[in-house]
Amino acid sequence: MTSTGSIGRRLTLLLAGVAALLSVLSWWMVTGLARQAAERTQDNVLAASVTTIAETLRSEQGEVRLELPYSAFSMLGAISEDRVFYRVAKGATVLTGYEDLPVPTASLPSGGRVVFDTGQYSGEEIRMATVSRLVLSGTEPVPVTVTVAQTRGGIASISADLSQQAAYLAIAFFLVAVSLSAFAARTSLKPLNEIAAAVSRRGPSDLRPLRRSAPTELAPLMMSLNRLMERLGQSIRSAEDFIAEAAHRIRTPLATVRAQAEIALRSAEDDEQKQRLRQMIRAIDESSRSAGQLLDHATVIYRTDDLVRTPVLLSDLVGKTVAGLEPTAAMKDIRLSVEMVRAKVEVDPVLMDNALRNVLDNAIKYSPSETTVTIAASEQGGEVRIAIKDQGDGLGDGPTEMLTQRFQRGTNTQGIVGSGLGLTIAKDVLVAHGGRLELESLQGGKGTCATLVLPSS
Amino acid sequence: MRHTCFAILLICLSTFVSALEVEDHRLFPGTGGQTLKVISTADLEVFEPYLKAFQSQHPSLSIDYTVVSSSELHRAITGGAVFDLALSSAMDLQFQLANDGFAQSHQSEATVALPDWARWRDLIFAFTAEPAVVVLSTERFQGLELPTTRQELINVLREYPERFDGAVGTYDVRDSGLGYLFATQEARSTDAYWRLSEVMGRLNPQLYCCSGQMIDDVADGRLSLAYNVLGSYAAERLARNSEGRVQILGMQDFTNVILRTAIIPTTAQEKDAAGDLIDMLVRLGQRDAPEDWPLPPLGQSGRDTLAGFGPIRLGPALMVYLDPLNRRTFLAEWENALEQRQ
Repeated sequence: MTSTGSIGRRLTLLLAGVAALLSVLSWWMVTGLARQAAERTQDNVLAASVTTIAETLRSEQGEVRLELPYSAFSMLGAISEDRVFYRVAKGATVLTGYEDLPVPTASLPSGGRVVFDTGQYSGEEIRMATVSRLVLSGTEPVPVTVTVAQTRGGIASISADLSQQAAYLAIAFFLVAVSLSAFAARTSLKPLNEIAAAVSRRGPSDLRPLRRSAPTELAPLMMSLNRLMERLGQSIRSAEDFIAEAAHRIRTPLATVRAQAEIALRSAEDDEQKQRLRQMIRAIDESSRSAGQLLDHATVIYRTDDLVRTPVLLSDLVGKTVAGLEPTAAMKDIRLSVEMVRAKVEVDPVLMDNALRNVLDNAIKYSPSETTVTIAASEQGGEVRIAIKDQGDGLGDGPTEMLTQRFQRGTNTQGIVGSGLGLTIAKDVLVAHGGRLELESLQGGKGTCATLVLPSS
Repeated sequence: MRHTCFAILLICLSTFVSALEVEDHRLFPGTGGQTLKVISTADLEVFEPYLKAFQSQHPSLSIDYTVVSSSELHRAITGGAVFDLALSSAMDLQFQLANDGFAQSHQSEATVALPDWARWRDLIFAFTAEPAVVVLSTERFQGLELPTTRQELINVLREYPERFDGAVGTYDVRDSGLGYLFATQEARSTDAYWRLSEVMGRLNPQLYCCSGQMIDDVADGRLSLAYNVLGSYAAERLARNSEGRVQILGMQDFTNVILRTAIIPTTAQEKDAAGDLIDMLVRLGQRDAPEDWPLPPLGQSGRDTLAGFGPIRLGPALMVYLDPLNRRTFLAEWENALEQRQ
């Protein structure tokens, strides 16, 4: 499986990117608005100041008179520590103030409308407000312009202050947004994780469809997952059916053939014929056994994929298998001696019976007549050991690991019916239960000990 | 070429400086070659302790101290005279110098510690706050109740014209920048000012250029009272040698408090030394204890003010009365009130 990065991280990064963009944008906007507001405030105060001065303009005995009101300048001093310049001119003649103030030269609207302009004076940027008014001079009304100017240091420092605060706010906003995005990403991915957890929590044979509410986006995934499980369940069921069917189809005709061969054997008079029939029966037995073991093996493979553990008492498990093989042992006058301990194991009883039966069957098969096969159970170190000892010829010379491979038989098994699957089945079952199969020849080459090791529950 | 220009400039400047109406001048020689040129409105005897204290910290520095009137100081700085430090009690003129770009900025721990009202744009720094007071002669006021408000003062002047005729002194606001500042601020703040001026005008008032002379005349008995005298001078002189002949009265209805301020002119050549002196003055201005200095600190006089908003505000409004048109109007009115018999 190749990973293409986490959706959560991608989502978080994307949201954080958007947040960063919005933060910068908001900072920029606030800074701009703050500057605008500060400028407007200055303009308003300048306008008020210039209007206050213009209101004192009057004509006295044909002369233009004015009086700078104290408030006109004190209001300018109230908003910032900025330098103040002013100029009052009658036409082109400067009546008072700073003569070289760069006032706007274009014709000014009368009627008390204040005109604003920005310029340079005395080495600093200034904002000017100018108003023009007609005043009687002699007999003619002449336009008198009043200009009040102020440097813009206050605006700059106010804007810088606000801009800095806006920057702090934007950073805080960004940090909050990032943590919220991480939270949002995690929350929106929660259903997906929940579904994954629910699927992995399931038992191996649990192929029921997932029945849980899922967000719309995940519904198709759930649906395909459910459909897949349904198909899987069906194919497992048909495989099981096939195994059962095959067992039935092979075993039943073989049993018929064997019965017929037995009848023929009984009615045969010719020794040679009898001998042939006996060989036939033996071959049929071998085939039947092989078919049985093959099907056992297939069952083991299917069931170990799909292990269902049930707690059982060790004595029950062993006792049942031993009882099943008692007749086979009796035929060879072999005594089965059982030594039990009280222990409980969690296993699939069908599989364990299979494993035990195959090992025990082996022991009986390779034992000479009138001997004893010992089945001894013990529990130590978290393990349950079932040791099965016979008094046969041992395992021969080959490596013992080979014996548990499919269709491999020992070097000293000539003349004994066997498929080479018995120990493979036993080993597979034990490994599936987390245990193992230990094989060793007993000292002196007399007998074999096969031990089934299981973890105790 | 540049040297020639510089030389010509120096010659021009020296001729200009020599054209100054200098009231007093002294050089405090130091051990080194540097000279700090200070132009000030404060009398030498008042300011000498400060200069001595500063020189004890900077022994190598010579200090050239020139005393001029406040309007003369303003004229000198706007004319481009070379000084490293300008100290004046005429706040309006000092403010105008700063506003019009004749001052350069200075920032230090000491100046930053100043309250907002005591500095403007790191260009102008206040180091004393001094109230305007009435100084009166104990002998001439014998048997009279001492006035505490302008109205009471008006009443006293009206009731006993014989005692006060020709014996009332005040600033000639046409000459004195500080007098003009006191008068305009008072006229703005209280209606009683013009009534008082009318009453004084009928009493044939004596007009003075400076506080010092007024106080001397009160002490000598030539004047019954001097109106609008800078409190610090009065207190300083009283402390020295009045023996109870002179009394100081603060008006309870309204008292003008001016800030004595310092600026470093753009022509300054010893900017660092000037900055150091400003720092020393500003630190002294912020002292809590009265201590033994001729001039009061910033805080003390501020607390003494019963009415009003404390010291006159440093701000562009100060320039309103400096406007030639406004000045002409104000002086015309003032002359009307005070020169009724001439």
